[in-house]
Amino acid sequence: MSLSDKELKEIAYLARINIDENNFPALKGELDQILGLFEKLNLANTDGIEAMSHPLDLSQPTRKDEVTEINQREKMQESAPLVQSGLFLVPKVIEGEN
Amino acid sequence: MELNEFTLKEQLDGLRDSSFSSTELTQDYLKRIKAKDPSINSYITVTEELALKQAKKADDRYNKGHALALDGIPIAHKDIFCTEDVLTTCGSKMLSNFKAPYSSTVVSKLFDEGVVMLGKTNMDEFAMGSSNETSFFGEVKNPWNLDYVPGGSSGGSAACVSARLASAATATDTGGSIRQPAALCGLTGIKPTYGRVSRYGMIAFASSLDQGGVLTRTAEDAAILLASMSGHDPKDSTSLNIEVPNYTEEIGNNISGLKIGLPKEFFNQEIPDHVRKSTEEAIEVYKDLGAEIEEISFPNIDLSLPVYYVLAPAECSANLSRYDGVRYGYRCEEPKNLEDLYMRTRDEGFGPEVKRRILIGTYALSAGYYDAYYLKAQKCRRLIANDFTEAFKSVDVILSPTTPGTSFKAGEKINDPIDMYLQDIFTIPANLAGLPGISFPCGNHNGLPLGLQLVGNSLEEGKLLSAAHHFQTVTNWHKESPEL
Repeated sequence: MSLSDKELKEIAYLARINIDENNFPALKGELDQILGLFEKLNLANTDGIEAMSHPLDLSQPTRKDEVTEINQREKMQESAPLVQSGLFLVPKVIEGEN
Repeated sequence: MELNEFTLKEQLDGLRDSSFSSTELTQDYLKRIKAKDPSINSYITVTEELALKQAKKADDRYNKGHALALDGIPIAHKDIFCTEDVLTTCGSKMLSNFKAPYSSTVVSKLFDEGVVMLGKTNMDEFAMGSSNETSFFGEVKNPWNLDYVPGGSSGGSAACVSARLASAATATDTGGSIRQPAALCGLTGIKPTYGRVSRYGMIAFASSLDQGGVLTRTAEDAAILLASMSGHDPKDSTSLNIEVPNYTEEIGNNISGLKIGLPKEFFNQEIPDHVRKSTEEAIEVYKDLGAEIEEISFPNIDLSLPVYYVLAPAECSANLSRYDGVRYGYRCEEPKNLEDLYMRTRDEGFGPEVKRRILIGTYALSAGYYDAYYLKAQKCRRLIANDFTEAFKSVDVILSPTTPGTSFKAGEKINDPIDMYLQDIFTIPANLAGLPGISFPCGNHNGLPLGLQLVGNSLEEGKLLSAAHHFQTVTNWHKESPEL
């Protein structure tokens, strides 16, 4: 199992992580090692075995549809990088304007 | 004898009979932190002012005769637990400026019992690591030998309790992050059954594996602290709505006739002689205590590491998508557009190990690989859980070394991910099956501690604590302490 540059670029984009192409060779080496570890899974016979996504075979509990939290907008926004008039600010997303 | 040399239980007794006050005890620790922690780096934040305020309140309650269950005991919290208005970094640059707007259930429950918070402990970034070398806030040193690592990810919690810079500490365990540092620092550490301790406000790494627990100096201390942390929490949908037994009573239970299973596959691994020897000696101790030893088989144990390194990164890649530089945490300078903001924030805010795992997880979940990796790993996870179900038909607990060796030198494994991952080879299976596990000291090699692990059936923390406690009544390994 070995990742191509193209695959690594795609994964990095899916994960929204900018990766300097100079780091590709080293990173690919590390990731290939980890992927190599996975080969062992192919040796296991899992015919008829149900996937286990969670250690507890529980159903999700539900609660009454009531408001339990108080509004703490200002407190919640104290840690935000950029806020104006109670709104989180990000760079402009509408294209074609400067 | 200095106050910090007493166990948590002895400190509680001392506070109750007014031998000393919580303020004196807290000041003793704060003084020691100032003197010793600069060379260990176990704390990211020391909350001196808050600690003294809490200690004063505890003393007032003792004076008025209505003290709480853990009143005035100074402990440290792993920096993965949200603490209202106190920096909560998870060991990452991404959250290096994050003051939590609320407290985790674990922290709130312990505050409600009168616990004093000394501060927040260092850890591997987002709990990903086994050496505490991936922290944005610098490496933590092993108090037994400062050239060596304390283990991870709860390395700061382990180092601070081992160096007697806190009476005990909270910690979390996704693949061994409580038990492995407990072993490497000579402590008792318990990871309870998945769902026993609330995950609300505990920063998520891999949600189907993460579980909170404690690092203490004795099994008795672990029983006391765990009892106050456990229990149902409506704010965590995976929290078990099952009554918590009285662990401090259960540790006294007789272990004569306890059936201990030895998985032959564990002992077939390449284990250094000193690990094998101390494990065998521990087995003899249990025989003398009246336990019955039985060899058992774990045919699928070899799958644990690959299963874990598919599932944990897959879950982390989803959980860590929330760190995007918009609502809280780090944001890159002068983003060109929204995409640039996301991509550079995440590149600059995360360290190399976290990025590796996010990438691996993203790959395992991506179209074309989902069935081959993620689904296959989930099926293999069932095979491992089935091995445990089979084993617990004939034994009460499963015994093994906690780690494949004593601590290692800083820098020795950090550039070899696979070698680092092998640290958790004995601890990962319990997380995959959601079972409780405990590690406690069982030896020492070249001045570095060794740990013994017991894994129990679901919700049998009491049995594990009792087995560890009885071991500690006839051995002295847990009483050894590093000289600083």
